[in-house]
Amino acid sequence: MKPLILTLKQEPEQRLDLSPLVPHLLAAKTAKEIAAIELQTTRVKVSAGDIFKLQAGNAESIRFEGGSSRFDNIGLELKAGEIVIEGDCGKALGRGMSGGDIVAYGDCGPYAGSVMSGGRLEIAGDAGSFLGAPLEGEMEGMTGGLLIVRGSAGERAGDRLRRGTILVEDSAGDYPGSRMIAGTLIVLGNCGSLPGYLMRRGTILLAEPPDLGPTFVDCGVHELAFASAFANLLRPESRAAARVLSQPLARFAGDMAALGKGEIFFPQP
Amino acid sequence: MRAIKRNGVRIDDSFAEAFPMRGTAILITAPNRRWAQQAAATMTGFATSVIGCGAEAGIDCERPKNATPDGRPGVRVLVFSVSTDTLQSQLVNRLGQCVLTSPGSACFADLDGADRLQLGDAIRYFGDGWQISKKFGGKHFWRVPVMDGEFLCEATTGLTKKAVGGGNLLIMGATPKTTMRAAELAVAAMNGIEGVVLPFPGGIVRSGSKVGSKYKAMTASTNDAYCPTLRAAVKSELDEDIGCVLEIVIDGLTEEAVAAAMRAGLAAIVKLGPEEGAIRLGAGNYGGKLGPFHFHLKDLLS
Repeated sequence: MKPLILTLKQEPEQRLDLSPLVPHLLAAKTAKEIAAIELQTTRVKVSAGDIFKLQAGNAESIRFEGGSSRFDNIGLELKAGEIVIEGDCGKALGRGMSGGDIVAYGDCGPYAGSVMSGGRLEIAGDAGSFLGAPLEGEMEGMTGGLLIVRGSAGERAGDRLRRGTILVEDSAGDYPGSRMIAGTLIVLGNCGSLPGYLMRRGTILLAEPPDLGPTFVDCGVHELAFASAFANLLRPESRAAARVLSQPLARFAGDMAALGKGEIFFPQP
Repeated sequence: MRAIKRNGVRIDDSFAEAFPMRGTAILITAPNRRWAQQAAATMTGFATSVIGCGAEAGIDCERPKNATPDGRPGVRVLVFSVSTDTLQSQLVNRLGQCVLTSPGSACFADLDGADRLQLGDAIRYFGDGWQISKKFGGKHFWRVPVMDGEFLCEATTGLTKKAVGGGNLLIMGATPKTTMRAAELAVAAMNGIEGVVLPFPGGIVRSGSKVGSKYKAMTASTNDAYCPTLRAAVKSELDEDIGCVLEIVIDGLTEEAVAAAMRAGLAAIVKLGPEEGAIRLGAGNYGGKLGPFHFHLKDLLS
């Protein structure tokens, strides 16, 4: 299948909302029609054709050759198909996606994978703060799917996570898994202070022993069938995560300041 | 009835008549083979016939630890029943009483399909609010805290409505010793076929039944036509040289699996020959009008 290729002409001068450039909105459009799509921005009106050189193809697969930290809302509410970004992204990459695949080869801004409910989002570089998190006023964060960051994540990764799996292969900022409702957050590098702050349910797996708050209580070291089954399921995505899960894990329950049915696992130091 | 002879063994021109059943498969894992076998054996105990046990069940095969979802040794168990509802209640009862209770066990779905039966979705309530749901890549698990750690159980398993129950072989020999030898070899050969179980003790049943009885309360009674001690007293099916009859009953997830098992059993008995083993082979049927699946012995001779 020949993808639709959008090659960046030059670094844009203003922030751009790229939410119209998703497979389900481009399905029946010609390259000319796509070039004419107006992109929401700040001062000067622009259309897709002003920013990108278009190479026609099947819109089920969209490829951005060249990215920018000013590209916001790429893959907004993606339902199916795939988007590949050879470069950086701005805020809210893959926000609200419910299916399909997004791969970003650069870094991305805050709110990547915000409230996503399905599909797979992979960021090869670093992610900003509030990975998978809800925007102000929304009750739930990510509710399904798989979100992988090969680099590091900013503060409050997995805020209000409800379902699905977030994997950060490098470090995470302060308060990872804050206010988690359920779901799974894995951090393979160091993490900032107070992981799982006010979490209700859910699982946080940390490869490095964390600096836990006093409202997490020691429930001993265990070798659980769940950990080895999960390791086998995760191995194709991340061998490093599988390795961490294959060790005896200390289990801390919390946050006892909230519901207290969550858990933080880390290998016994 | 014209008999075919193979390697000196007489084979009746007859067929096994089998019935549609509902079937399912699960995989039980444990810290070692012994405890995986133990949980599976306990779960499939008292499951020889749907008439008295509600379900027919057995161990299909072992799985090495590199072929199970949690990397521990596993045993595949098949359970069959006459209706989806009965199968569901039998499955949950057996899972709850025999697998959940077995030290170190975990339980996984082992049959694909759109129709589902509850496993962990029913067992989770044992967790009394401490159960944990985990979803990943289309899989859904329940983690239930128990006294040795956690019971990990997949939420549902597949159900097949195309299962076949009641495939059978009647093994007739001169003495109990030779007949048993033939039956044991056939069981060993059939156990090598995936997708079938032999629900009776060690795969063998010695008290085959006929429909009806002289007693009103009984719906089935001894198959007197095949009882050697009544050979001259009733309208017997047995020849003068037969002193013992053993039966193997086969339940399978598919018609093909049952046929493959019968083929393997027949081949093993024929290979053994009449001196050391069986002198005649037959199959049980009801004239062909009750069950839709007919396994003709002559078609299964390879």
